[in-house]
Amino acid sequence: MAVLARASADALRPHCVGLPPHTRLRGPEIGLVMLRGRMGGDGAPFNLTEATATRCTVDMAGRMGHATVLGRDQEQAERAAMLDAALQDPVLRPALLARVIAPLAAEQAERRARDARRAEATRVQFFTMATMR
Amino acid sequence: MTPGFAEPVLGAQSSFRAMLHALSHPGRIVELPDVPQAPAPLGPAMAALALALCDADTPLWHDGGAAVTDWLRFHTGAPLTEAHAARFLLASGAPPALASLALGSDEAPQDGATLLLQVTALEPVDGWRLSGPGIETSTSLRVSGAPPGFVAERAALAALFPRGLDIMLCAGRHIVGLPRTTNIRDWR
Repeated sequence: MAVLARASADALRPHCVGLPPHTRLRGPEIGLVMLRGRMGGDGAPFNLTEATATRCTVDMAGRMGHATVLGRDQEQAERAAMLDAALQDPVLRPALLARVIAPLAAEQAERRARDARRAEATRVQFFTMATMR
Repeated sequence: MTPGFAEPVLGAQSSFRAMLHALSHPGRIVELPDVPQAPAPLGPAMAALALALCDADTPLWHDGGAAVTDWLRFHTGAPLTEAHAARFLLASGAPPALASLALGSDEAPQDGATLLLQVTALEPVDGWRLSGPGIETSTSLRVSGAPPGFVAERAALAALFPRGLDIMLCAGRHIVGLPRTTNIRDWR
């Protein structure tokens, strides 16, 4: 689901061809979710900000697929929900995992590693005399 | 699982408006413009009112079984509770004893529950004779499939006014409002 939620509608569209027909149970609808953070990663929780999110739930042959994605792309939410429902089908699941999820996950990991590399190159180590002693 | 309203906002608004209309003209049969397909035994009108009225802040009771529980949880997010604690009750069969439900208090009569009651048919012909606020002289209403003893049980609550119970009768796509101020006399 995390992989589907991060993939764009353009990336998901070709994989939705040939899926069983679906009906929309809810949405796609746009709303706000409150993001919470913790000071220093383990402190008291606080409300960081609200983020726009789009959610969708579909029914595909009796299986419910859910998706909540960041942003306002309703097509992305619906296609992610369709694939979520299809992935629960034991017949379709192995093919979808290999054909859709694995490449998307690899691409997202690659992008994250690339961003991390670029950020790492500009890292500045702060230190004071006290910490050097 | 079936979808809720085709247009969630417009569907809920039009159902709410229809319910206001029904409660301001007790005994008048009002058709709901937009109803969802709900799992049995939830009728279309009752399902529409449930979607329009219930959310996470309204404890809900129903007698519809697991499919209805799933449907209401998914579409309304309302917490399910015991009958005496519920703000809204959906009764597709015989409702719990009316006097055992939340009737509000003298200081806060608005805390009384609202009972949505499924009946077989509603016709504007002789059967019950209704009078009270919102009715100029009297209104005739024939209700098929009301639980036995319903009129007497409801009349017993009148002495508690302003505490009481507001009731919506639902049949197919049609509803009838019976606020706590309406008197019912059974003429049959």
